[in-house]
Amino acid sequence: MKKRLFYDKAGHGVTMLCAAFVIILTISIIYYIGSKGLSTFFSNEVSLWEFLFSDQWRPDRSPGEGGPQVGSLAFIIGSISVTLLSVAISAPLGVIVAVFIVEIAPGWGQRLLQPAVELLAGIPSVVYGYIGLSLLVPVIRSLFGGGGFSMMAGFLVLSIMILPTIISVSTDTLRAQPVEWKHASYALGATRWQTIRMAIIPAARSGLITAVVLGMARAFGEALAVQMVIGNTREIPTSILSPIMTLTSAITMDMGATVQGSIWNSALWSMGLLLLLMSLFFIMIVRCVVRRGAV
Amino acid sequence: MKRGIKVFALLVGIVLLMAVVTGCGSGKNNQQSEEGQVQSGGSEGSITAVGSSALQPLVEEAAKQFMTDNPKTQIVVQGGGSGTGLSQVSSGASDIGNSDVFAEEKLKAEEASQLVDHKVCVVGMAAVVNPDVRVDNVTQQQLIDIFTGKITNWKELGGADVKIQLVNRPSSSGTRATFKAIALKGAEEAKGIEQDSSGTVRKIISETPGAIGYLALSYLDGSVTPLKLDGIEPTKENIINGKYPVWAYEHMYTKGDATGLAKEFLDYMLSDDVQKSLVVDLGYIPSTEMQIERDVQGNVTPK
Repeated sequence: MKKRLFYDKAGHGVTMLCAAFVIILTISIIYYIGSKGLSTFFSNEVSLWEFLFSDQWRPDRSPGEGGPQVGSLAFIIGSISVTLLSVAISAPLGVIVAVFIVEIAPGWGQRLLQPAVELLAGIPSVVYGYIGLSLLVPVIRSLFGGGGFSMMAGFLVLSIMILPTIISVSTDTLRAQPVEWKHASYALGATRWQTIRMAIIPAARSGLITAVVLGMARAFGEALAVQMVIGNTREIPTSILSPIMTLTSAITMDMGATVQGSIWNSALWSMGLLLLLMSLFFIMIVRCVVRRGAV
Repeated sequence: MKRGIKVFALLVGIVLLMAVVTGCGSGKNNQQSEEGQVQSGGSEGSITAVGSSALQPLVEEAAKQFMTDNPKTQIVVQGGGSGTGLSQVSSGASDIGNSDVFAEEKLKAEEASQLVDHKVCVVGMAAVVNPDVRVDNVTQQQLIDIFTGKITNWKELGGADVKIQLVNRPSSSGTRATFKAIALKGAEEAKGIEQDSSGTVRKIISETPGAIGYLALSYLDGSVTPLKLDGIEPTKENIINGKYPVWAYEHMYTKGDATGLAKEFLDYMLSDDVQKSLVVDLGYIPSTEMQIERDVQGNVTPK
């Protein structure tokens, strides 16, 4: 009996320790990124307005030449546009595939399609980028003109990358729906299509929205694959075929060659902070949606 | 019950492992910095060399050979970019900081003045184009006009009727800084597409019609055409004798004069062992062979 009590206490202690470790880790990462990112505004004295709403990115210029300017509007627009477009493709596609797996072809859908989707999720992002660079970019160049490196290449690659996230979360949600509702719908004389459209999808709405938001968060944070195909031009895009730059690609391109503490380096940290805030925002949306769905 | 014990033992094991790993990490760091200060003369101890990815392959190979000759030494070579190298050596976190640019161009004046420069080799750069544009020589003014967006089609230079597509490195890149300062005389480039690594830049130029960019000579492999500048080919000989102007030093900085193992390793980098074999094999130009010198302001003088 005494021995058991000891194990109980010790187990409690170990799990508490691990939980505390995770919390401390999260807080310290947020603190680190926050303090680094905010130093652009406090030590380097750039105005928040300039950082968010100017597209003049000239961190290498001396004050004599009108420098250093760290307006990142072009990157913010790049990130947002490429994310929204990829979700616009992937969200309907992913939900439809999930419905197919769960409702229409449960047999081979689960045996064949589910592993295929999981495989898609397992391909490293650099491979997606390399395929995009080698296949997609030349195809866009010959079909639509322009250089090929474009917003279009970026969101096509991204939409494939976030598809597995959306499909797997959606299938879980659809499967979790009470089977009685489906039976009730059939009992009322509804066809399969009517049941799916009027009963199952509306009931799973909050889970499906969660799936889409998670896909969106993934798209917003993806760096490498996007960077390889979007061309990286520090300009606000004018069309779907113009090369763009995202926040993540701006960070990866410059981080190695800037010196810590310089305004240039701080501006990159501020972009990191912006990405962190965006992902917190996405998580908040998911929480709200889930809570509302539960009522 | 038995299973409970196993799970518990596993958990304790994980926690212990975590403690050991973090403990070792910090312990090793202390040891390293202490040794770096204490050791003098004798070929033992350990140093770190951080920075420039352009110089990294050379330093790695040299460190490997040096450690084979002096088994008691440990030289840790890391990449991370010129900016990282300079800030790490300046803050004392690393013994040697590798960079493709002069410290004065990146650091504040008072920080840069504490660093001692060791120029280990020279790397040449050339404007390169897609072979289909059928141009292999430009004047410097034409090159500036291309990169500032005044010339937009290769037929204006007597080549094929293809639109010019600029492929730049990011503005933080040392290659870009050198190319802009010397080949473009500081002219502001028009916004083209940017790629981070030289390998990707080469791939894009070889596949995109009308593309032009710039690469270190060590990246030329026949898939892209290097441009002659005012009729002068970007070759090793032309760089050594000062005819072809677009080249940069690869620097290895130490904070204060190099001492102990850092000094020994830097001497080794400049010895014939490295300069006559490794440097040449990897596509760099030995600094010992250069007949000219260049200072921070870009003034070139005979050596």
